[in-house]
Amino acid sequence: MKAHVYVTLKRGILDPAGKAVLSSLESLGYKGISQVRIGKYMEIDIEGRSKDEAEKDIKDMCERLLANTTIEDYSFEMDDK
Amino acid sequence: MRFGILVFPGSNCDHDCQYVIKEIFRQEASLIWHRDASLAGFDAIIIPGGFSYGDYLRTGAIARFSPVMSEVKRFSLDGGIVLGICNGFQILLEAGLLPGAMLRNRSLKFICRDVYVRVEDNKTPFTRFLRKGDVLKMPIAHAEGNYYADPDTLLRLKERGQIIFRYADESGGILDSANPNGAMDNIAGICNKERNILGMMPHPERCSEMALGNEDGKRIFRSVIEAVREGEYQIKFK
Repeated sequence: MKAHVYVTLKRGILDPAGKAVLSSLESLGYKGISQVRIGKYMEIDIEGRSKDEAEKDIKDMCERLLANTTIEDYSFEMDDK
Repeated sequence: MRFGILVFPGSNCDHDCQYVIKEIFRQEASLIWHRDASLAGFDAIIIPGGFSYGDYLRTGAIARFSPVMSEVKRFSLDGGIVLGICNGFQILLEAGLLPGAMLRNRSLKFICRDVYVRVEDNKTPFTRFLRKGDVLKMPIAHAEGNYYADPDTLLRLKERGQIIFRYADESGGILDSANPNGAMDNIAGICNKERNILGMMPHPERCSEMALGNEDGKRIFRSVIEAVREGEYQIKFK
């Protein structure tokens, strides 16, 4: 099983890197972009447990280490291929 | 008295702190490898600056899981003095020993220069040789010093007088133009509710002797030494 984990800054927290990318996209001529948020993507291979157990563990990992929930939100998808 | 200075892979201000304590203040200072699990016999702990674990994931995020950090927690719960400088502050935030988190500097740049901070409170073992309103010049050197706390936490910090240093101009004015990194409310240093843990972004160990052109930082170390000597923060840590 593979978990695809996404960590981004919480809405409302200024993302200066995202802002810099937004203005670069605008200077390349792209119109109608209102926001860019930069985050992290992690792939975690996890074996030896049911999908439910794996989801529970990944959630726990996000809360304890992968995201700092003071400033970041996380989401993940399980891929059991 | 005996200081313990933590060393993580990537710490780089550990020897500077040790030098100041030993050579300027003539006190004992031992380096403690992060895998050591005992802080027995120390009077105060310094978590120095640097790039512990290469700042992987987030600054301080990996270091907080080092074995020595659970001892630091125990030490602080017993009332022991813990000073976190720069990356040390970031580690204390990640460990939950201080509230809030660090964001990238609003300029996105690593900033290494002198700044001024105003002392907001002297009722801590770190600032007892300072007066409220004193302005100190100290260098900062970081890319993630943009302090953030949610509105409730910020309110509590203010109500309890836990904001100890704020970025200011030379005459003590708290201005946005004097804020190097975008930190909320110009926060440069905070303490815990019990006031025995301080995290600060500026580096007092880099300005503790005139050979370096500035000794404002000395007043912080001197405060800690006197606080321990007077017994107020003396703990029996076994």
